[in-house]
Amino acid sequence: MKLTVNGTEHDVDVEDDMPLLWVLRDELNLKGTKYGCGVAQCGACTVHLDGQAVRSCQVAAIDASGARITTIEGLAQQDAMQAVQEAWIEHQVAQCGYCQSGQIMQAASLLAERQDPSDDDIDNAMGGNLCRCGTYPRIRAAIHTAAQKLQGT
Amino acid sequence: MGRLKTITRRSFLVGSVAIGGGVAFGTYLAMRNLPNPVAATLAPDEASFNPWVLISPEKVTLITPHADKGQGVASAQAALIAEELDIEFGQFEIDFGQPDQAYYNTAMAEEGVPFMSTDTSVVAEATRAVMGSAFKILGVQGTGGSTSMPDSFDKLRYAAAIARETLKLAASQQSGVPVDQLTTKEGAVHLPDGSRIAYTALAPLAAELEPVSDVVLRAPSEWRLVGQPMERLDIEGKTTGSTRYGIDVDRDGMLHATVRLNPRKGGVLNGYDASAAKTMRGVRDIFEITNGVAIVADNTWRAFKAAEAIGIDWGPAPYPADQADHWDTLDASFTDDHLDRTWRNDGAVDSAAGNVIEATYRSPYVAHQPLEPLNATVLVTDDQVEVWTGHQMPVFLQQQVAKVTGHDAEAVIFHNHFIGGSFGHRLELDFVKQAAEVANRMRGTPIKMTYSRETDFAQDFPRHISMAKGRGTVADGKVIALDLQIAAPSVITSQMGRLGLSVPGPDIQIAAGAWNNPYSIDNFRLRAYRASELAPTSSWRAVGAPGAGFFFDSLLDETIHAAGADPMAERIRLMTHEVSRTVLETVAEMSDWGAPLAPGQGKGVAFVESFGVPTAEVVLVTDTDAGIRIDAVWVACDVGTVIDPVNFENQVEGGVIFGLGHAMNCEITYADGMAEQANYYDHEAMRIWQTPRIFVKGLENGTKVRGIGEPPVPPAAPALANAIFAATGKRIRQMPFNKFVDFV
Repeated sequence: MKLTVNGTEHDVDVEDDMPLLWVLRDELNLKGTKYGCGVAQCGACTVHLDGQAVRSCQVAAIDASGARITTIEGLAQQDAMQAVQEAWIEHQVAQCGYCQSGQIMQAASLLAERQDPSDDDIDNAMGGNLCRCGTYPRIRAAIHTAAQKLQGT
Repeated sequence: MGRLKTITRRSFLVGSVAIGGGVAFGTYLAMRNLPNPVAATLAPDEASFNPWVLISPEKVTLITPHADKGQGVASAQAALIAEELDIEFGQFEIDFGQPDQAYYNTAMAEEGVPFMSTDTSVVAEATRAVMGSAFKILGVQGTGGSTSMPDSFDKLRYAAAIARETLKLAASQQSGVPVDQLTTKEGAVHLPDGSRIAYTALAPLAAELEPVSDVVLRAPSEWRLVGQPMERLDIEGKTTGSTRYGIDVDRDGMLHATVRLNPRKGGVLNGYDASAAKTMRGVRDIFEITNGVAIVADNTWRAFKAAEAIGIDWGPAPYPADQADHWDTLDASFTDDHLDRTWRNDGAVDSAAGNVIEATYRSPYVAHQPLEPLNATVLVTDDQVEVWTGHQMPVFLQQQVAKVTGHDAEAVIFHNHFIGGSFGHRLELDFVKQAAEVANRMRGTPIKMTYSRETDFAQDFPRHISMAKGRGTVADGKVIALDLQIAAPSVITSQMGRLGLSVPGPDIQIAAGAWNNPYSIDNFRLRAYRASELAPTSSWRAVGAPGAGFFFDSLLDETIHAAGADPMAERIRLMTHEVSRTVLETVAEMSDWGAPLAPGQGKGVAFVESFGVPTAEVVLVTDTDAGIRIDAVWVACDVGTVIDPVNFENQVEGGVIFGLGHAMNCEITYADGMAEQANYYDHEAMRIWQTPRIFVKGLENGTKVRGIGEPPVPPAAPALANAIFAATGKRIRQMPFNKFVDFV
């Protein structure tokens, strides 16, 4: 089947039900998207499907075929992503960093929907993204900073 | 890496080594010159050279052998070297180095002794020195126990200072300018005429010189980097998804494997039926390994899927099958024949007169479950073994892998990686041994073995369970006596036993965080009881202190309330240790302790000292209609020297969240010998919407530099329980607390 990832079309020979996560990681060698739980409990595998944040461990390859798939590797090409990544570095968010690809993908999706999210908006949008190191206070702060960057203030 | 391997294998009595046109600097000479009890026990023929600074004509490489599992020590180690070497971030590369006994952890050895960190008596210091020698001989190159900074703080700065002064000597010989007219800055030696010679250009000459050993470390007032906010070296990679963890390793011709292991940990495999699984797409092989079955496929998901399709008959657990029996074992262990040690017997507890309260406390098994599942990539050939993963004990890893494959330990090349969280999980070696077993069967093919999350939960050696019985005596509005008994299986026995090592003497972790508290209570007795071994356990962030610290501080809080005293004022009254008292006074001020509270609110304070770091936390909660909401946490602690205030704050915030989250809703329980919790939905800890505002203050009154990875964890649970009591009048004596209250 054909998959369009970060603007590039790939031909992959996989089962229809192989989760997109494993197509990305093991077939396309895009290792920025992480396996954490396999059951949509941690959000480490979050990617964008037509701009929408989804858990790639729950998306069958066949369902992603024909959609625009964006991973952490592709986000830097977008303004929203740059702002989020800059804010993440400014706040020195990452500890082990393993969840951060997913956190950043989720945050970028939130900022695409809400220009100036409140703490409640952030908590609601980011609630499915687990961080075992506990970087949540810095994630909140970085999202506010990214929002300001995007508004040019 | 081959070059590094060669030099660390050889023994040197010098502080530098020539290597292929470059030079390596280490600290043997510096250690000999230090007033360091461990250095004093070094016999000349025991000494080996361990490099931290490698300079070749092409580049400068700093070796950061302490594993980075999120605590930021790769950057911190580099900063310590860069401080004295006069080199900037961006001008060097870092490398985790090869396993070597020479990187043995001085501080970890010193912390393993049964003396309070505040005890600097001759006996305590001498014991620390002996322990250091043992660690050196065992080659305990380890990351853990919040020791990376204590271990590195002097060693790395000395290594860098030796390198700097030797490079200046080389520059002097090359230029004819006397050394005292040379300065160093930004990776180069600067001459009075304004010209500069890069360190890399001096490498061949420096390699020929006897290293300059009489170096003096800079005064704190001269530090450029230490104490300043830094941009972590790993932050960009972790923000762009480009950091490669062990699970991201990719080798030519690599196959993907997973394992099914007896969920009754340590139990045998009776038999299995893989006939359906063998025919599944992508499956290359399925075979038996120790206590389980390995599945090798061309894709991780296909391996997982095939693994689920195997029917397996497992043997029984080598420990009690049901959780109730584990608690009963502890309950029956408060007897003289189980007494591990009477740690404290101050005053006369039994004759203290006053009103007495009694309470029993419990701390459950808790899983580590960092987000990167355990994994290891191994390539075995007839001549050597290569291992790619992230690990905290590289020398032990080498030895254990060599045993599996039948190679010499020196034939095992280990490529350490950034680790996606550990909390103690990556001290264990079973997963690496399993990967080696699979790869050994498939020699010549690189095998990446990955645990599914469910396997990771099932095979996790959790934090040990423990139980305590406490008595508090009050009179005249004061705490007069505390008598605390703690029973637990020995986590050290369980953990070291898997390495074939036994540790003599009492297990300091059974009552860690309790026996070593620096309060001066007139009558205080603390007895630790060693229960028989139950389910296998392992060090979990802060090890004994999250349980025993919870017991001690809860008992103290209950006793203070029974006395009718103020929880903060009475703690401060009892705290005569100056550095610790300042910590309490600071957190009282930060949290505006005495300020009036809104209806339904409550504040709790707790103080636990672990890993030499006195740490006090105040938690503010509100009892809402939907349950307890944690509003804010204030933390004060003293680490002697804060290396990087930003990372420090991040570590403390994370430690508080870790301590609170697991106290709220996490435990591992056993039924039919198997952990009942299978994924994060069973063992969730804290989510962002539950995260309180956290305010952090790092004090620097202590005389030794300390690590901050673990100390913020232990006070969180008792501070939360004490706050819930203040808000609701309900006293919670068992973790997890969600058995007794709901959390918003």
